[in-house]
This record gives sequence, structure tokens and C-alpha cells, in this order.
Amino acid sequence: MKLRQIAHARTGDKGDTSSIALIAFDPADYPRLVREVTAARVKAHFGGLVAGDVTRYEVPSLGALNFVMRQALGGGVTRSLALDTHGKSLSSALLDLDIPDE
Amino acid sequence: MRTVRIGAGAGYSGDRIEPAVELAEKGALDYLVFECLAERTIALAQQARRADPEAGFDPLLGERLRVVLAPCRHSGTRIVTNMGAANPLAAARHAADLARRLGFAGLRIAAIAGDDVVDAMAGSDCRIEETGAPVSALAEALVSANAYIGAAPIAEALAAGADLVITGRAADPSLFVGPLAHAFGWSFDDWHRLGQATLAGHLLECAGQVTGGYFADPGYKDVAGLARLGFPIGEVSEDGSIVVTKVAGSGGQVTPATCKEQILYELHDPARYLTPDVSADFSQVRVTQLGPDRVRVDGATGRARPEQLKVSLGVAEGFVGEGQISYAGPGARARGELALAIVRKRLALTGAAASELRFDLIGIDALHGAALSAIGGHEPYEVRVRVAGRAASRAEAARIGREVETLYTNGPAGGGGVTTAIREVLGVLSTYLPRARVRPTMHMLES
Repeated sequence: MKLRQIAHARTGDKGDTSSIALIAFDPADYPRLVREVTAARVKAHFGGLVAGDVTRYEVPSLGALNFVMRQALGGGVTRSLALDTHGKSLSSALLDLDIPDE
Repeated sequence: MRTVRIGAGAGYSGDRIEPAVELAEKGALDYLVFECLAERTIALAQQARRADPEAGFDPLLGERLRVVLAPCRHSGTRIVTNMGAANPLAAARHAADLARRLGFAGLRIAAIAGDDVVDAMAGSDCRIEETGAPVSALAEALVSANAYIGAAPIAEALAAGADLVITGRAADPSLFVGPLAHAFGWSFDDWHRLGQATLAGHLLECAGQVTGGYFADPGYKDVAGLARLGFPIGEVSEDGSIVVTKVAGSGGQVTPATCKEQILYELHDPARYLTPDVSADFSQVRVTQLGPDRVRVDGATGRARPEQLKVSLGVAEGFVGEGQISYAGPGARARGELALAIVRKRLALTGAAASELRFDLIGIDALHGAALSAIGGHEPYEVRVRVAGRAASRAEAARIGREVETLYTNGPAGGGGVTTAIREVLGVLSTYLPRARVRPTMHMLES
């Protein structure tokens, strides 16, 4: 199944860093997010789009993970040649991740 | 318990106008805040100011004030905004003129300046965060340098009786923390309350992003009424906790899910969100639905504010040229790929001096590249070719769009809808200054 079935996401940007908040629809699914959506998995999913490190922060009180991805925006909003300079659409790509059925 | 009602009338400089009018008329607000300054906006504004000393503030300042001044005067709502951008004093003079013309005599308008530190930064050996080089190395390319100032000068302006406070580069949440600190009489070393108030500001600062904007995903997250989205109201208590709500009958929704997305928006470490006012900690925040479109958010705290203030540097980095053209029907994708190959070769043949080029097929792989787009087997009805490149001069940048445009008569069959664009690139870099070297100043005008 797709991550989209159990979680929603929002992307933000600061300079060349993209951050994606990933939030379980049902807080009971938060442990699944913690288990399945590791920083390494996210880094591999985005492949060449994210040149730098991916750091994951856990926010259990919100049933959420926050991913901070460095060198992810082609130099940053102001200088990127990309169509989506802010990387706003990256959250939708994360939700396309496959996770095991339960 | 006493609460302060604070609304967000804009989440960025180009935001919708009429939701702020709805808030001013029906929100029973104590304060209405307009957050209109992105990282890059102030560098653009600084350039405008260089061309005209009375320019450099938000071009929509007049339009926004014209429609909210009357309802705000009627309900005693005070206005706080960073629409001063690169020229808060000129913005205040403009606002005073406008208020006089609208017949509002005696409106007290405070301009807060002092965030512009370009003179202190030029030639400085402060290190640039992103590159490690000294700021002095930017030389003539340095267009602007603005320190993020905090809530204290805003609170002082309100204490001095301002009906309208206009800042330049104040930190976004500080636009909300200032009025709250003033209203409740908080001290500026009450880190716990400042942390909570910073959360309140963070929830509200992007306006519609907490009331159902930037959220809808049909079938998964449905939101009604986005064409008339209501902007948020924060009911903030003396302990800094907030109930997020909106005007009854407006579009959108306030739910735990919309609040959770906004709490984490653009955060890095949720336990350490640095502003000029506080090192805020959102890592234990709780969200509770109290009723329809009413969500309580609490559990934030804070620790001592950073000793250094972040400085945003605007840097001239040349130009970007771009061209687009569309193909449709059978073979659209193959013709789009041929078009990209032709432009790539043309730019090489004609010696275009672009330092970096990008070739996209919109509808295929433009946003996330081939791997994530699961390329192969996908035959869209239409594609849009896009070529973008970086160049040192406007003239060189123009060549990129021109090579796309000439595809009309020189390229694949059936190309249509060419657009070309050139934009000047103002890069944004960061450095830090000791707090003592930034001195905010307040100037009070009256209409």
C-alpha cells in the first residue's frame, strides 16, 4: 500500500533545505510511520533530487515525523532553475512511498 | 479567563485581499496582522528603493489598508504588518497620506526601522552560513542585508499608542508575539510564554494555510469553500495557549490535521525553533478539537533567545532565461523530446553563455525527475517543453527563450503556445550579527 493511505504531508522550504512534515491520520499508525519511513528510506526515495543529508525528527505528541533534507532545492528558491522552485510538490512524492500492508 | 483575539490578514505579499476585510468586519479582533515578507521579497524591495527613495515597501500596502482601515477603526482593531519591507518610514508616510485622504484623522502610525544593516555588513568578515566565505567577498553583488528583529519594538510601539505598526524584516511570528506581549504585559525573558506565543504566531502567520488552504487532496483530505477561504483567528490566553478558529460561515476548515501541518511547516528541529525572541520548543505540542472549526493548541515552551541575530543577505546572481512550448496529440511526447534536443544543440552551436541549463517535459518528469515520475509507458495527450538556464547578463538570458521560440518555424510539427521569460536572480544567503549591533528604532507619525 501507499503511505498516502495512512498519512498526510506538508512541505516547507528555507534556502536550499526542504522540510516535509509527515503526519498519521490516525495517531495509532504513528509507530508504523516510525518503523517504515526512516531517514535512509526517504533519502533513497528522493534519489538524485536530494544531494545532502536527510535528518528525521520524531514528534509523538502530534503523531508526526519531520524530515529535513539539505541541498534539496537546486540552490534554493531564489536561484533554482526548477519549475517548482520551492519544492512544494515534494510532499506528494513522499506519499507515493510503498509501505507493507498490515 | 481573558483572551486576546488576533487575526492573520495575509500569509504572503500577494495574498487574497477580502478575507482580511471579513476578519476586520466580523472577527471582533484586537489585532489584525499582515505577514507579507518572504526571504527574497526584501532584496527585491531594496532594489526598488534604490531606484526611488520613496519606494521599497509592499506594493499592496495601500490596497490592503484602504479596505480594512474603516472596519478596524470601528471595532478598535490595531494593525501590525511587515509591509514596510525595505522602507518602513516611506510606508508609514504613505499610510498616513492614505488615512488622511480617507478621512481618518489622528491615526497613529509607527514605523520600525533598524533592520537594514547593509552598511555594517559591507566589507564585514562575518561568515556566510551557506558558503563559509566572508560577507566582504560578495563585494558589489551584495544588494541588501536585513537583520531579523523581534517582538519587543512592536510591543513598544503599541504601548506608545500606535494604531498601525509597520516593520521591515521582523521575524514572522514576532509580528504576533509583539501584540500578545503588549496585551498581557509579558516580560521579554518569560521564555515559556514567549515560546507559546511563538507557536501561536507560527500557526497564524501563513493565514489560510491553517484554515484549510494548502491542504486539500480530494478523496483523502476534502475541504469545502476554498474559493472563499476564511483566514484564521487566534484566541490567545494569558498563558500563551491558543484556540485557532475562523469567522463563522467562511470557507475552509480548522481541524487538528490542518493545525498539525502548520505547526511543523518549515520547521527543522521542532525542539529548537529559533526566533529573535526565544528558542521555542514545539516538540511536546498537543492539539485538541473543541468544536467545529475550533482547535486548542498548547504544550509549547521556550528557552533563552539566541544571542546572535540572523541576517538575510540579498545577492545579485545574474539572470535566468526560460522558454516553453506545447505539443499535443499522437506523438506529442516524441516531438517534445525532439524539441528539447534541438534547443540543446542550438544553444551549443550558437555559443550561448549559459552556466547551467535545465530541460524539462512538463507532464512527464519536470517536477521530480525520471525515477520518481515512473517514466516509460506513459503517453500523455499533451506535453509542455521547458528550457531554463542561468546567464550573467539579461541579453544572454534572453537567448534561451529565443531558441525555444524559433521552434515555431524551425522545430517539430505542431508546436504552439510559446512563452518566454527573463528574471533577475537575487540569491538569499544568511549570516549572523551580535544582538547589540542591531538597533531597532521607532518613528511615530499621525494622520
